[in-house]
Amino acid sequence: MSRTHYNVTLEETGESYRCAGFRSVLEGMEALGKKGIPVGCRNGGCGVCKVRVIEGDYTRRVMSRQHVSATEEASGYALSCRISPTSDLRIAVLGKMKKNVCGTVAPANDVGGMSGSGLSGHTVQTLPPLSST
Amino acid sequence: MGMTGVLRPGHAQIRVLDMDESVEFYTNVMGLQETGRDQSGRVYFKCRQEHDHSSLVLRKADHAGMDFFAFKVLSKAALEEYDQKLKAAGVATERIPAGEMLETGERVRFKIPTGHTIELYAEKKTYGSICGYNDPEVDVIDGPGIRPVRMDHALIYGGDIDGNLKLFTEVLGFSLVERVKLEDGKTDLGTWITCSTKAHDLAMVRHAEDAKLHHVSFMMESWEQVLRAADIMSRNRVSIDIGPTRHGITQGTTIYFFDPSGNRLETFAGGYQWYPDTPPITWSWEEVGRGIFYHDRKLNDAFLSVVT
Repeated sequence: MSRTHYNVTLEETGESYRCAGFRSVLEGMEALGKKGIPVGCRNGGCGVCKVRVIEGDYTRRVMSRQHVSATEEASGYALSCRISPTSDLRIAVLGKMKKNVCGTVAPANDVGGMSGSGLSGHTVQTLPPLSST
Repeated sequence: MGMTGVLRPGHAQIRVLDMDESVEFYTNVMGLQETGRDQSGRVYFKCRQEHDHSSLVLRKADHAGMDFFAFKVLSKAALEEYDQKLKAAGVATERIPAGEMLETGERVRFKIPTGHTIELYAEKKTYGSICGYNDPEVDVIDGPGIRPVRMDHALIYGGDIDGNLKLFTEVLGFSLVERVKLEDGKTDLGTWITCSTKAHDLAMVRHAEDAKLHHVSFMMESWEQVLRAADIMSRNRVSIDIGPTRHGITQGTTIYFFDPSGNRLETFAGGYQWYPDTPPITWSWEEVGRGIFYHDRKLNDAFLSVVT
């Protein structure tokens, strides 16, 4: 009989959690209150939960090409909300919350080594100039 | 008040990754009515109580997001008038022939400063409300899913929301209802605008990337119906972003959630009525959290960062 639960280990922190095979890697993390992968739409559209699978097997569902190219997908890159484990997995977290105009809002799920929004001030100066037309 | 010119939001065309899964979701979880499929494979929906043929169109694509958002105008004469006004304001317009969308008349299409594609149209065939027009019933008992009353508004994200505000208020006759200021007290983080007596028909938030969709919103009859929608979402394992909760801005009750392709949707109820003599409301940087989520009283990173 095949296993129905697998261990998912996050490369950055070394933390691991048990993920049911019927759940996505992201849902499995959330269901246990774990952190490490940023959570966005959970449905393959927004791209914030992007990961690279370093080791292990998984099934995958369709995900936005804006965030994972066909070449990337073939070499282990994925949105973690669209892959489910079929073996134990070791993954690297790549996704992050995008910069926004309210820089004081720190990404809740930001992990070590990833720059999120600044701690103070806003980033309005990085935006296109205000229209004067 | 006699409503003229731009009447209301008409239709949104949304990109989906898997059409079968999306049709199933919009039919049985959202409780919309499928009203047609065209030769290019697009699938058309309306809310059961809406009158016109379609308010939501799904197109299969390899990435999520919104192709365009359209407003219905009063008449063909109004459509011509707005085309001229847009051109006079330096906005390039394109005419999309009648029939390009099922049962929909000619559309005037243009890009706004945030890069979104907006359309105006005057004609769409009446498909009919499920309640009927002679001795109607109310829509409370039968039918699957959440069953919102109508597609109500959208929130879009992009850079030049100042240019958008100018275009919508000065050329298309919208009015500013509420705004949120950034830390400098001058720059708008977001604006909520109306073309009717609703608290908003369109909202926009300043963002580093152009042409992004934050959400398309569907109106429910009551807070109780919003809570019922939350139960239906959990029963169907729908990805919920936040809620049920309330907005300070517009004072509407709300749930943000995601369709199977990650496009954010909203079911909401309430909010106040706006009239042309209603003073605009301004939210300060310090209170933006309470403005967006009245109960949590804090912004979350997903609100500002997760878009398609």
